[in-house]
Amino acid sequence: MLPRPTSHSKALGPGVAGPELAVATSAVQAGPPKASAQQPLSGADSFMVDPHCIADPARQHTQYPYVTGTSVLGIKYKDGVLVACDTLGAYGSTKRYKSVERIKKVNDHVIIAASGELSDFQHIIKLLDELTTDDFRADDGISLGPQEVYAYLCRVMYNRRNKMDPLWNSLIVAGIEPPHAGASAEDVSTSDVTFLGMVGMIGTHYSDSHVTTGFASHLARPLFREAQADDMSEEAAVALMHEALRVCYYRDKQSMNKFQLAKVTKEGVSISEPYALDVQWDFKMFSQPTKWAVGAW
Amino acid sequence: MAAATAGYKLAAAPKAGADSQGVKQHATWSPYDDNGGTCLAVAGADYCIVAATTRMSTGYSILTRRSTKILQLTDKCVIASAGCQVDMKALQKLLQSRNVMFQHNHGKPMSCKGAAQLLSNTLYYKRFFPYYTFNLCAGLDEEGKGAVYTYDAIGSYERTGYSCQGSGKDLMQPVLDNQLKAASPLLVPARNSTTTLPLEQAIDLVKDAFVSAGERDIYTGDYVEVLIITQDGIRREELQLKLD
Repeated sequence: MLPRPTSHSKALGPGVAGPELAVATSAVQAGPPKASAQQPLSGADSFMVDPHCIADPARQHTQYPYVTGTSVLGIKYKDGVLVACDTLGAYGSTKRYKSVERIKKVNDHVIIAASGELSDFQHIIKLLDELTTDDFRADDGISLGPQEVYAYLCRVMYNRRNKMDPLWNSLIVAGIEPPHAGASAEDVSTSDVTFLGMVGMIGTHYSDSHVTTGFASHLARPLFREAQADDMSEEAAVALMHEALRVCYYRDKQSMNKFQLAKVTKEGVSISEPYALDVQWDFKMFSQPTKWAVGAW
Repeated sequence: MAAATAGYKLAAAPKAGADSQGVKQHATWSPYDDNGGTCLAVAGADYCIVAATTRMSTGYSILTRRSTKILQLTDKCVIASAGCQVDMKALQKLLQSRNVMFQHNHGKPMSCKGAAQLLSNTLYYKRFFPYYTFNLCAGLDEEGKGAVYTYDAIGSYERTGYSCQGSGKDLMQPVLDNQLKAASPLLVPARNSTTTLPLEQAIDLVKDAFVSAGERDIYTGDYVEVLIITQDGIRREELQLKLD
């Protein structure tokens, strides 16, 4: 019972099950790209991947994602950075795994979160654990900062895409740069050292005061553009985040009302236990749909 | 031999491009993504202006409003690229490391002409899996005159007086052709198409060109970084465009 791509209007952006859905970029397409004045192809159509053409019986390349996570949201605020997402691992249209932790702590300064194929995310966590273990064994008090983790993941994703075998994830890296040797955390203003970045499936990357993956790029990012400020208080940031999570839950079919909120400040990393937001479904029109339908029989 | 294979038959190998049902699957992902954006470069008698938008998009969404497309190699040479952002960053990283190596080996910065050739060779190395980037290499040549080199994705290049690349290039190029007071770069035999305008007028024209392109090209907007390269160094100005 493998997930089938379902038809879904592209005008609405990334949707539910199937390959189109788990990727925030326009890299996934229904057909070959068409050249236009605004979009030179310069031979790119020759590089569209039909997975069976490049199939090597001895080696499988990623063709479609199977168990996927949906949107991840991140914003900077006065004391650091907040990242939130739900805990659903969907298997196509089925809400298969309901307690998946999609936010992981890398070390006391950095967290990462992922949407897309969860097994690829587990592989990425394994790679980062190897780096963190090396840091621990060096035992010199130095640990990876968020920009280093971000740069490392950019290269990992890009190199996998170069082998035509991508890690099917959109990653968010968030954290606070650890203080330099000899300096204390109080010497540097928080806004100078907070970091929030996104790395996509083919290595596309950027850092900004607010980042999102998946559906949230359409639903939540505009809310962040309006209301987020780098010096907003924690209460305001959490309220904004909850507002955005609610919108994502209302409008994304592949989501659930069980979220984790992670916070990175100079004090360290904290990832909350999963919790639900109060949402409202008891609208008159919902509870008795046929009563209000025009021409209902 | 017959006994060993009796009762066992190898299934016909699936045709290339077909799954086990013999149905051709469609392509599911592309290693390229067009992140939009426009850049241009204008060479003058003793200056060079390089400008690029800072919007990074994917599909119909904006990823970030502030993402640079320009790499400053030396005081006299910059590279600007438009297209797939990850390929652009990888290419610029590679060029920068070659630039640093050159500086260490030769004890002097790379010339604009040298950087132009290096960029062409680097692009052609990936002829069969190209960097999806449309580049401009611009600065001052060894005589102090403005130089602009314009490329396609696989490294074919020529020196010209001015050029645009990226999503808004077809909107900006005709404006520059008309207003720069320079011979057309399309003439054969090639004539010197360096602009004869003074620096301030050329900067104004560059800014106007971006504003015009921003009106009609959805991928052009947010901010424009304008680098002005002269004998005195590189000066940076920023122009705000519409955020829509």
